Amino acid sequence: MLKDITLGQFFPGDSIVHKLDPRTKLILVIVYIIALFQAKGWISYALVVLVTVLCLALSHIRFKTIFKGLKPMLFIIVLTAALNIFYTAGTPVLPGWIITWEGIDRAAKMILRIVLLITGTFLLTYTTSPMALTDGLELLLDPLKKVKLPVHEMTMMMSMALRFIPTLIEETDKIMSAQKARGADFENGSLIQRAKALLPILVPLFVSAFRRADELAVAMESRCYHGGEGRTRMKQLKMAGRDAIALVLGLLFLAGMILCKRLGL
Amino acid sequence: MAEIIVENLSHVYSAGTPFEKAAIQGIDLTIPQGQFVGLLGHTGSGKSTFIQHLNALLTPSSGRVLVDGEDINQDKKTRYRVKQKVGLVFQYPEYQLFEETVFADIAFGPKNMGLSAEEIEERVREAAGFVGVDESLFQASPLELSGGQKRRIAIAGVIAMRPGVLILDEPTAGLDPRGCRQIMDNICRYQKETGATVIVVSHNMDDAARLAERIIVFDHGGIAMDGTPEEVFSRPRELIDIGLAVPQSTAIAMALREKGIDLKGAVYTHEQLLDAILRAKGVDAC
Repeated sequence: MLKDITLGQFFPGDSIVHKLDPRTKLILVIVYIIALFQAKGWISYALVVLVTVLCLALSHIRFKTIFKGLKPMLFIIVLTAALNIFYTAGTPVLPGWIITWEGIDRAAKMILRIVLLITGTFLLTYTTSPMALTDGLELLLDPLKKVKLPVHEMTMMMSMALRFIPTLIEETDKIMSAQKARGADFENGSLIQRAKALLPILVPLFVSAFRRADELAVAMESRCYHGGEGRTRMKQLKMAGRDAIALVLGLLFLAGMILCKRLGL
Repeated sequence: MAEIIVENLSHVYSAGTPFEKAAIQGIDLTIPQGQFVGLLGHTGSGKSTFIQHLNALLTPSSGRVLVDGEDINQDKKTRYRVKQKVGLVFQYPEYQLFEETVFADIAFGPKNMGLSAEEIEERVREAAGFVGVDESLFQASPLELSGGQKRRIAIAGVIAMRPGVLILDEPTAGLDPRGCRQIMDNICRYQKETGATVIVVSHNMDDAARLAERIIVFDHGGIAMDGTPEEVFSRPRELIDIGLAVPQSTAIAMALREKGIDLKGAVYTHEQLLDAILRAKGVDAC
């Protein structure tokens, strides 16, 4: 079923990571990504792995969930690894072979980097509800309102898009069943035939998406929505002591990584 | 034409995950050809899951469904073929219209069956006739029509496949009283003229009482009651306990009986109510 797709899904919980302010988590993810790209040698990679595993443990997310999320990326990971293995110059593993020790080393680091990158962002989306995420983003980008960037509108659109993904998936499921009941065939035939077979799904889906958008706009207007100016929140975001600690730890981690790079570790 | 036999049918959603949920359990049922069946049950009672098994849209977790003595889940071919024998109209079917013209949309089903152009045209005209859609609308866009008309075109799209069994999930939801009556009358006419089996899922007890020969009540994924309208509506208390309503006439009869007026027999249509009241007052029914 289509419903089984996980796309940065939020897992409710009450771990320390869940409780952090979304703004802190957003900043930390950026810090984490910068730090990750400082890694050159195996010691620095080991440090990133250690920090990642520690964060995962703190957030009570099981490794199984992360692996499940990584599955769709498998193709990209394997492809990058293969390219690196075969196209890196150096000493061959066996005389005459195209595979080099340098290639294996580089491929392994590349896989690690992609996996860590994805895991880091999963850590954010698994522990932060989409609403909190967009709220945090809006507040972080608040200074940009000074240069007339419609930050509120952008984040509002983002949260609405996120809100409607499950609804539209359910709708697609329903339309597919109905067209199947009329003998539509989505699985057989040539590529062109299958592309054509999507039409009976896409047209009703678009029609209903527009209808929903219309209804939503009316519902918002009838509740006097008029943009972000002077708007207050039901859930006020407040930084706490743990946020300060987390940010300091994050910066220390980044400093450590830069140091590792300087030392060539 | 088709007889439906359901043997020990169960369906579990998301089996093997924390969200596992048995939607229907151990259903045994035989629906002979040509019967008009009303399917009742509150939201989440499993009736929608059940009807999607009858044309192999859902595969049973255990148990079998036989149409014309053939297990419909044998292989891909039988699963595909049964969709032509058992026509299923979903809730709010008008949201599934997609073609540019009314004609093309009704023709979608027959076209998928691989029929010739003449045969398709004949079937579209026939189906439009059954649901009372005028041929002058054939070239209009289905998206521009009124809600009731869209609904009828969507139903015609299934009827055009000439299914031996026609299943409709709340075909009158969201329509005005006249639209409801017209659609129910159209469905009745299809059943009478073609001898097809018709299964209607409904929350409208009055429709169920008026039209169905047999009423099946679903509750908690199983069959709670199964019988003629007379049998089912003579147990109004149970229906109310399940969370369903009774036909208006039955409700009035219950109220009158509580006041001490002795009405005889089962009452579930307006005529029966009138009859019973007249008889209780000592006047012979006309």
